[in-house]
Amino acid sequence: MRSHMSMLAVTVALQFAAQSAWANMVYVSNEKDNTVTIVDSGTMEVVKTIDVGQRPRGITISHDGKFLYVCASDDDTVEIIDTATHEIVGTLPSGPDPELFVLSPDGKTLYVANEDDNLVTVINVEGKNVIAEIPVGVEPEGMGISPDGKTMVNTSETTNMAHFIDTSTHEITNNVLVDSRPRFAEFKPDGSEVWISAEIGGTVSVIDNETREVKHKITFEIQGLRSEAIQPVGVRISADSKKAYVALGPANRVAVVNAETYEVEKYILVGQRVWQLAFTPDGKSIISTNGLSNDITFIDTETDEPVKSVTVGALPWGVVVAPN
Amino acid sequence: MTDMVHPAPNEAIAGRSRFGLAQYLICLKGILVREGLRYLNQRERFISSLVRPLLWLFIFAAGFRQVLGVSIIPPYQTYVLYEVYITPGLCGMILLFSGMQSSLSMVYDREMGNMRTLLVSPFPRWFLLVSKLLAGVAVSIIQVYVFLAIAWFWEVKAPLIGYLLILPALFLAGLMLGALGMFLSSMIKQLENFAGIMNFVIFPMYFASSALYPLWRVQEASPLLHKICLLNPFTYAVELIRFAFYGQIEWTSLAVVAAFTLVFLGGAILAYDPSRGLIIRKQDTGGNS
Repeated sequence: MRSHMSMLAVTVALQFAAQSAWANMVYVSNEKDNTVTIVDSGTMEVVKTIDVGQRPRGITISHDGKFLYVCASDDDTVEIIDTATHEIVGTLPSGPDPELFVLSPDGKTLYVANEDDNLVTVINVEGKNVIAEIPVGVEPEGMGISPDGKTMVNTSETTNMAHFIDTSTHEITNNVLVDSRPRFAEFKPDGSEVWISAEIGGTVSVIDNETREVKHKITFEIQGLRSEAIQPVGVRISADSKKAYVALGPANRVAVVNAETYEVEKYILVGQRVWQLAFTPDGKSIISTNGLSNDITFIDTETDEPVKSVTVGALPWGVVVAPN
Repeated sequence: MTDMVHPAPNEAIAGRSRFGLAQYLICLKGILVREGLRYLNQRERFISSLVRPLLWLFIFAAGFRQVLGVSIIPPYQTYVLYEVYITPGLCGMILLFSGMQSSLSMVYDREMGNMRTLLVSPFPRWFLLVSKLLAGVAVSIIQVYVFLAIAWFWEVKAPLIGYLLILPALFLAGLMLGALGMFLSSMIKQLENFAGIMNFVIFPMYFASSALYPLWRVQEASPLLHKICLLNPFTYAVELIRFAFYGQIEWTSLAVVAAFTLVFLGGAILAYDPSRGLIIRKQDTGGNS
């Protein structure tokens, strides 16, 4: 039998230091076994697993941290989960096959991509009613919203476009062609750019939010890997807009990109088929969901080293961290 | 020959009582310095001791590289590249070669007659052998750290504190392998026989261990090989170093390595004792070998 013990008091102390004083709950949607796994970001251990609707994918949390919203894709609904009791307390009329969504900065409106219906459904969270349905391209998926809440960007996987939508009129104002199979849209926290990942194209397009034109395309190269294996999906940009993390799918790596020069600085090895990413509120860690290895990896954003991988449910898809 | 080399027992005992700790330390220092100088002066040995693990790291691991990472097994908390997995094994390999090499140098010393200078000393035999062993371990630990420094630039990194924590593990593993080498050297009469050590000790020990592949993978491939790996003390030396890198003690490995160190060291001390040891016996039959 193997027993592990810390070798010196020093290492114990270091480990405690590494576990920041603020532990937040991490919520991971497991697409295959219809659950959400709750992980403590401090101890990096699973706290609880809760049953949710069928095929949970997109997951986000209210700004006060009280309610979790989960896209139950095969139940054609968005479920609301009370984070205190872990009970499903209601649903939102998302329209068919909700995949990904984004909550407005004021927390009142939820924009949902309906993959099968080529629609973006706009939901009033409080009234639980649909405000608008916006027709977009084929297979809408990625959803991003500007920090001021005025512009929403949706990507359509088959049309290969990023649709810029004015949130006051619910009209598309710009369509920007990007590379094949755009998966995710992420605004820079300073609002200057939108980053769109293209899974098949293998690139991330940086779109200037003023001109609404692609100003740069980020490409990835990993020694020893075919370029087809590099499929950018989830993108997150640090609060200071200086550093971006891009999940590269079956390349099992998260790319660290300098968000000012667009240079790829590092590739971090994580589990298999890395899909989505989420920062902890203090920005010190970023967490990746690794679909095929059924785990999530905590990455230290100071050193950009992977710290620990934690087994969650089957086919983890989305991840969100509770605010402080 | 043995009569010339060894002082009469009574004389030696009388001599020993005159020595204090300081004298013992002077003797230890002398042996350490000699071993250190020998290592530094043999530039080829210095280079080859580094080139060997680096070749494994740069060529073998690169060719074998599992670009998508090795499955998580303790002590690893997350996915690692094969280069990272193989590094503790390569540290062990340095210790193994170095341990065998110092045994080679003992055979050489014996052939060249330098050993007489050492063994004629009035210090107790066990102390001389342990000093010699410590000197060899010190030299091999330096080699390990130079190797790790180069590997660092190859993006093979462990937590910084791990580099300090492996020191006791390297020391103990080095002692075990050095003692094994010393024990073996007592049984080799001529330098030429050393090639046999390479073939029958170094390579089997290295390959049939957890140095190159995780044991679960070995078990999948061959349950028999897995059992052999579990009987191989080198496996435990490698695992001791691997866990130490991440601030953990693998107790089983620690116990096994410590036990084998005592066995090998005891064997070497016995073997080098002319009144009982294997040297005498070998010399009796020496003509036939």
